[in-house]
Amino acid sequence: MTAPKIVTARVGVAESWTIDTYLRKGGYKGLRKALKMEPAAVTDEVSTANLLGRGGAGFEAGRKWSMLRKAEPVYLVINGDESEPCTFKDHMLLENDPHQIIEGTIICAYAVGAAQAFIYVRGEFALGIERLTAALNEAYEHGAVGRFVFGSGFSLDVVVHPGAGAYICGEETALLESLEGKRGYPRDKPPYFPAVIGLYGQPTVVNNVETVSNLPWIVQKGGKAFAALGEGRSTGTRLFSLSGHVNNPANYEVEMVKTTFHDLIYDDEYGGGIRNGNELKAFIPGGASAPWFGPDQVDMPLDQDGVGKAGSMLGSGSIVVMDDTTCMVRAAWRITRFFHRESCGQCTPCREGGGWLDKVMRRIELGGGRESDLELLLDVCDNIAPGLSWPPQKTTICVLGPSIPSSITSAIKMFRDEFLIHIKDGGCPFD
Amino acid sequence: MARLNGDNTRRAEKLLELYPHKRSALIPMLHIAQEQDGWLTPDGIGHVAELVGLAPAEVYGTASFYDMLFTSPVGRHLVSICTNLACLINGAGELLEHAEERLGIPPGETTPDGEFTLEEVECIALCGEAPCLAVNWRFFGSIDTAAFDKLIDDLRTGRLAEKVPPHGTLCRVRRTVGLTTGSDGQ
Repeated sequence: MTAPKIVTARVGVAESWTIDTYLRKGGYKGLRKALKMEPAAVTDEVSTANLLGRGGAGFEAGRKWSMLRKAEPVYLVINGDESEPCTFKDHMLLENDPHQIIEGTIICAYAVGAAQAFIYVRGEFALGIERLTAALNEAYEHGAVGRFVFGSGFSLDVVVHPGAGAYICGEETALLESLEGKRGYPRDKPPYFPAVIGLYGQPTVVNNVETVSNLPWIVQKGGKAFAALGEGRSTGTRLFSLSGHVNNPANYEVEMVKTTFHDLIYDDEYGGGIRNGNELKAFIPGGASAPWFGPDQVDMPLDQDGVGKAGSMLGSGSIVVMDDTTCMVRAAWRITRFFHRESCGQCTPCREGGGWLDKVMRRIELGGGRESDLELLLDVCDNIAPGLSWPPQKTTICVLGPSIPSSITSAIKMFRDEFLIHIKDGGCPFD
Repeated sequence: MARLNGDNTRRAEKLLELYPHKRSALIPMLHIAQEQDGWLTPDGIGHVAELVGLAPAEVYGTASFYDMLFTSPVGRHLVSICTNLACLINGAGELLEHAEERLGIPPGETTPDGEFTLEEVECIALCGEAPCLAVNWRFFGSIDTAAFDKLIDDLRTGRLAEKVPPHGTLCRVRRTVGLTTGSDGQ
């Protein structure tokens, strides 16, 4: 049986971003049903669904909502600051189904008792911001947002808030700082959860765009129907951003666990195999922060816990496929450069270590590498994330720093010879 | 190149009403200032500072953290080429080289006629159509060198004016409602 399309049912439908299309395709029915339930009953359905956060950390949404400190007001913040390299699912949802995000936001606000919600959208997503703003205007006019939603006793205001270009603002405490009009500096932990101290010091739920996009379906069909999909803790469907050297790079919504990396990469209905019939060399299973996998791990199911046990993560749901023409030193260097560039600069191991690693990777790729460089790289990585274990140990306020070593340690472990050839030949063999 | 004009001042003041704390309106307000002048002028920053009740230095300190906010002039078209992993392994390096040649400038610089600023950027979330780029944050996927040349021609001649507004214009849709719940909303 093919799994239902939960969050992408309207993607590809003409004018899918308008309220006319949304209503014609069953929009706002989940919200109407939710308003007839007790808020706690809505949370219960989401807990039964075992909806795991789709932003990267994979925390249970229902549990997050239940952890709120008892204080007024409660704020809801939706994280649409998608910037993890090679992740492009929220970008698609924002442009193609903004009403689904708005409906999910309202359902969540109702469940947690928030009277104001902010949808923080990555600033670069201009079209997404325009469509979401237009959709929000429509939703107010329709009575789905504002005073006495659909004639109920529940009232809510929603604000679309644009970011201004900073990867770190995807980290939830940095996002809150940014929403408060400041530099996007992640906050010290503890407190670990915005549910305790969040926006303006108030209890705050921060959920990802894809996470709340699931809510209209869960409320309508019930948490059990959602939990019947997938297996174990990985329930429902999930969006995976497939990119790199596949024939059909795109976002695919698939049932968790029942689908494997191999299915996604090779099946005709998904990736359609490696371009030019080339061989798979390696793939990144969950965003730039994730340790890499080799061809021997391609049969692994898309299972959050399984991938975690195998030493990596599903993370942001981005899978990058690299074929045998790829220079792994260059690939790892590019990711390292990204993290160095995006470090907010608060913590020394990340700010300085990232720059150091960037420079050493650069000189190896460009032909100036030294034999001692591999040990140097691993030593610097070890200073950022002591022990180089998975999940990584932290020496920094947030996880950006400890994410830097993943690509370097993976590349050295899997392709040590390639590094040595670069160093010995004084240049890149793929040039 | 000045303080916010009348219409933009009203837009900025309306933003203040959307947030429990004034300072939250800062970044959206800076987008308005950048829409007006193409970049954040000292006068624009000063006016925004007045509106949110901060010192200009605090506004500058926040603005300088964010990649999209420019405190020095940029071209009418900001061409942002992604070279992150999915694009890199699909020819982004060659695309960037071609762009540098075609525009005659390295990343970070503006053409003498003020038409184009070129920049190399991190992932812009269009990886299904790598290599990709954005012009004033309007996205273009599957860009080879021929497509790049055509794009530049279309931008120069104004054929893409509808899709690509001048640099700084983020959102052309205005919010039509204020906050409606009030303090007794619950």
